[in-house]
Amino acid sequence: MGKRRVVVTGLGIVSPVGNSVAAAWDTILAGCSGIAPITHFDVSAFSVRFGGSVRDFDIERYMPAKEAKKMDVFIHYAIAAAVDAFRDSGLEVTEANADRIGVSVGSGIGGLPGIEEAHSGYMKSGPRKISPFFVPRNIINMASGQISILLGMKGPNYAIVTACSTGTHCIGDAARMIAYGDADAMLAGGAEMATCPTGLGGFAAMRALSQRNDDPQHASRPWDRDRDGFVLADGAGVLMLEEYEHALARGARIYAELVGFGMTADAYHMTSPAEDGDGARRCMLKALRDAGLNAEQIDYINAHGTSTPAGDGIESRAIKQALGDYAYKVAVSSTKSMTGHLLGAAGGVEAVFSVLAIRDQVAPPTINLDNPSEGCDLDYVPHTARSMKIDVVMSNSFGFGGTNGTLVFRKLA
Amino acid sequence: MSSIEERVKKIIIEQLGVTEAQVTNDASFVDDLGADSLDTVELVMALEEEFECEIPDEDAEKITTVQGAIDYVTAHLG
Repeated sequence: MGKRRVVVTGLGIVSPVGNSVAAAWDTILAGCSGIAPITHFDVSAFSVRFGGSVRDFDIERYMPAKEAKKMDVFIHYAIAAAVDAFRDSGLEVTEANADRIGVSVGSGIGGLPGIEEAHSGYMKSGPRKISPFFVPRNIINMASGQISILLGMKGPNYAIVTACSTGTHCIGDAARMIAYGDADAMLAGGAEMATCPTGLGGFAAMRALSQRNDDPQHASRPWDRDRDGFVLADGAGVLMLEEYEHALARGARIYAELVGFGMTADAYHMTSPAEDGDGARRCMLKALRDAGLNAEQIDYINAHGTSTPAGDGIESRAIKQALGDYAYKVAVSSTKSMTGHLLGAAGGVEAVFSVLAIRDQVAPPTINLDNPSEGCDLDYVPHTARSMKIDVVMSNSFGFGGTNGTLVFRKLA
Repeated sequence: MSSIEERVKKIIIEQLGVTEAQVTNDASFVDDLGADSLDTVELVMALEEEFECEIPDEDAEKITTVQGAIDYVTAHLG
């Protein structure tokens, strides 16, 4: 029996660069930053006072306020991106197929704002003030749970939690659910909203974040010599994955085929990537092997590229080790230069951008890359998007804990 | 100052996301106003906050209708 093929038939996004696929992609191709000062809580005492917040988002477009208040914000974003991807796909859930359609939308951190709020209430008024909705409002798999309830999807329902690899791992693993025959379609991706006092303060304490408070739009600058950390951002990115024949039979629009997935661990350090880039290198090679493709067939890499001093150089080294001399010929860019780093949602939104790069035959740019630092000598598509032939795209995500994930998408032949 | 009845109804409207017209005195939280078991727990917490009282769990379980809530608050505030 041959492996069941998996294709992408729907896209959904909520992000600092836009809350629809069309708006976000326009912003990305225009090379515009979505980074701005944080205004939804008092950041005056913090060393970092800006980020990639979602703006002008209205959850009541998707559900009544009464239901929405039972969920933390990362779940709102997950629902919006999932519903958009579902509608975009044109798939219908019926009594007959509900059992064959699943959901895997994860989050790196989950309902941290809700946890903070409940703890503050407890400290002020004691245990009787803890809401009965506290637990179901904030647990990570409730994003997938709420999506299934809203859309009636009764297939596999789960959430992978692997820090900043979450979205990529959810998508790759969901594709395997389809390939293995456990489902015919899966909504998969990641959602995050951890820009709250302990989230911002925690990443700032690690010195992981850029402190370019006076110039937020230029703070996320992957591979640039003046980069000083990542920019914390919020949102969600979800794909509708579907078995190829299933999509074909209903005449669905197919954006691209998901042909490869790889996962590895660095087994090195809690938060620092292995200096030799070995975990990332092996991850890319595993994804290529899964895809049955050679390095020379890759046209574009949507890099993890977070704008941290250590990570960007290591990923560049890993790409060179994985692709050999061909590394210098492939277009590599980081859309995080515009979105900031959406943590567990990053792999979701970057999968959306990877698929759109194939659809529109254009590589998104890396903005703010004025002076590449030493050792960062690949073609990073600086400043402006590039129209080019794109048949195969690779998307990397690397997370705390030394967990890595790579997806490979291919234009449908 | 609003009456107890008005204040109770206002909280029910806010907590359960229902309209004023739905909140008749004989309306049941679960059967008529779409509340689930978690909603009713949170509704009692909101009543405690509004009326600055503590409603024991065994009493809370018996408050299942709009009139029940009005009666309970009236009796225990009096």
